[in-house]
Amino acid sequence: METSREESFPQIDLVIKREGNKVESLIQVLHGVQEMLGYLSVETQDYIAKEMNIPPSKVFGIVSFYNFFKTTKDADHVIMVCMGTACYVKGAAEVMKKFESELHIRKGQITPDKKFSIREVRCLGACGMAPVISVDGTDIYGRLTPEQIPGILSKYQ
Amino acid sequence: MKIYRIHALICAGGQCISAGGDSFESALKKELQAADLAEEIQIVETGCMGSCEMGPMMVIYPEGVVYVRLKPEDAEIITKEHFLKGRPVEHLMWRKEEGAFPRLEEVPFFAHQTKLVLRNCGLINPENIEEYIARDGYQGLAKAIADKDPKLVIDEIKKSGLRGRGGAGFPTGRKWETAYLQTSDIKYVVCNADEGDPGAYMDRSVLEGDPHSVIEGMAIAAYAIGAQKGYVYVRAEYPLAIKRLTHAIKQAKQSGVLGQQILGSDFSFDLEIRVGAGAFVCGEETALLNSIEGNRGEPKKKPPFPAEKGLFGKPTVINNVETFANIPVIMTKGADFFQTIGVPNNTGTKVFSLAGKVNTTGLIEVPLGISLRKIIFDIGGGIPHNKQFKGALTGGPSGGVIPATHIDTPIDYESLNSLGSMMGSGGLIVMDEDSCMVDIAKFFLKFTVDESCGKCTPCREGTKQMLNILEKITSGQGEEGDIERLEELGNTIKQTSLCNLGQSAPNPVLSTIRWFRNEYESHIRDKKCLCNVCTLSSPVKEVKKHARKKISH
Repeated sequence: METSREESFPQIDLVIKREGNKVESLIQVLHGVQEMLGYLSVETQDYIAKEMNIPPSKVFGIVSFYNFFKTTKDADHVIMVCMGTACYVKGAAEVMKKFESELHIRKGQITPDKKFSIREVRCLGACGMAPVISVDGTDIYGRLTPEQIPGILSKYQ
Repeated sequence: MKIYRIHALICAGGQCISAGGDSFESALKKELQAADLAEEIQIVETGCMGSCEMGPMMVIYPEGVVYVRLKPEDAEIITKEHFLKGRPVEHLMWRKEEGAFPRLEEVPFFAHQTKLVLRNCGLINPENIEEYIARDGYQGLAKAIADKDPKLVIDEIKKSGLRGRGGAGFPTGRKWETAYLQTSDIKYVVCNADEGDPGAYMDRSVLEGDPHSVIEGMAIAAYAIGAQKGYVYVRAEYPLAIKRLTHAIKQAKQSGVLGQQILGSDFSFDLEIRVGAGAFVCGEETALLNSIEGNRGEPKKKPPFPAEKGLFGKPTVINNVETFANIPVIMTKGADFFQTIGVPNNTGTKVFSLAGKVNTTGLIEVPLGISLRKIIFDIGGGIPHNKQFKGALTGGPSGGVIPATHIDTPIDYESLNSLGSMMGSGGLIVMDEDSCMVDIAKFFLKFTVDESCGKCTPCREGTKQMLNILEKITSGQGEEGDIERLEELGNTIKQTSLCNLGQSAPNPVLSTIRWFRNEYESHIRDKKCLCNVCTLSSPVKEVKKHARKKISH
């Protein structure tokens, strides 16, 4: 773990070089680094702070303010259940319950084998297909009923 | 230029792709190759066509035949029957009970719309600037630079009556004028594409389907106020929109309509994208500007307004995606034309994402002043399963509900405000008899509690207290006086919060109390949810037994 982070330092430098090392580039730098490493550990944040000459408290303030930034490693597959209004009135809560009971975790948690996590997300912008979920941000499933959930999960087992 | 016999427009909007549009397209390409038709038939990937419910969609021109809910296996029959023999495949077309609609214009979903903002969405390839230019694109900018003094551009926008489409409805021309009048060497133009209202995806569709219209609108704004630099602040959740916009900016620079010395003039304008990081409050303009500066997205006190002192302390025009997309139309066709659409003081159109319990959900654009009934029944095709229409939510977590009794209310800024709702950015969620209003109010409040930035106390603490009361009511612990407590708290939060998020957060609760007080009362007094949505503590067993019975059948 430690060594892999060591190796990625020059990569972080590259992101900073690309986005610029001014304060106004900080959010874009964090985006770039998270995309590369998957999450922003405290060590990563410290490193970015040092390289950009910004107080670590400022970096942490940004990371903790915005939902998009993660400070811990996520599961192999992240299930994002859309809880936008359109999905909600079309039964997204039932879909969420089914995922929770199938995986034996609550939303916001991660399975012990680190395979799945469930996250409640705001509108995915696919209201015409409500209720909608997205797996890993790329695979979208729409017009869902709770009965379809086990089948979807089995694809990622 | 190559001439094709047939143009097959395939919707490459986010939702059609998610529904399997990609695999249909590759199947079709294979079929065309096999039938030796690839030279005669051009496939065009367009932006969102609007009727997302029916995706993946394809429209065939010259006839205008609409195919819906396509699967890869349908490619063969369409190629053999329609493309080779000229016989449209009826069973794959958009149909009603009596038969298929022969042409796009005859489908009621499209027939009642007026498209200004979405004029190119679903018609052109958003990744090709030439197609945009062929549809009069960048003509508005050329006109502005060539024969108009910046002041005249502002006068034209003022005359058009265009109001901010982000929801509040502030006159766009007046905002520009304020920024124009400031003396400053540096000014900015910012596009708010932080579309956070859950249940709304208008801005996403415009950016994905016609990004150049936004770029052109911003460039015209920059010319008018004297700005050199602009930013588009887009949600991180919209990767396709970011990709297409990035591509469009690059193309615009190469074509000389963006960047240094635009169209050979002295006017230069550079545009950059800033990707948001998931904070609803950043849709508030001062919070958004804070975020572009690299700070936490916390709002600031107004005045000073951004037009006076905005990004990096400089005069800044900040408008929503849809507002900017209107600008080229006004510049090309004139303010007089724009005024003929809509009603006085509410000119032009509004894009809505029609969703929830309605037959045809999707993206629609209608003239302002249209009735809600027309939207839901003529365009949306009514409520599924012949259920009763109960109300429509507009304005998302800042708005409220329009009850069925007011279904003939014209959709304009003032009428919606007087009903206790608001125009908002354009989410329009239809609810039927099965939707519990107390539960919906709780849903929105949970959202604002999560999204409150925490800077000011009324919003941070007040919404939390309101949510506590609502949780009590929906779990069967409600008591007399709770409704009044909600009203008192709500009004206090509205008056004392720092920004619009807090000032409007109580709206969904206050509006549902106003129109559906009886539902609150039945939760509190009879411990009963009239719609069987909330699980109240006492009658819960009965409900569960009933549900179990249903499953065992």
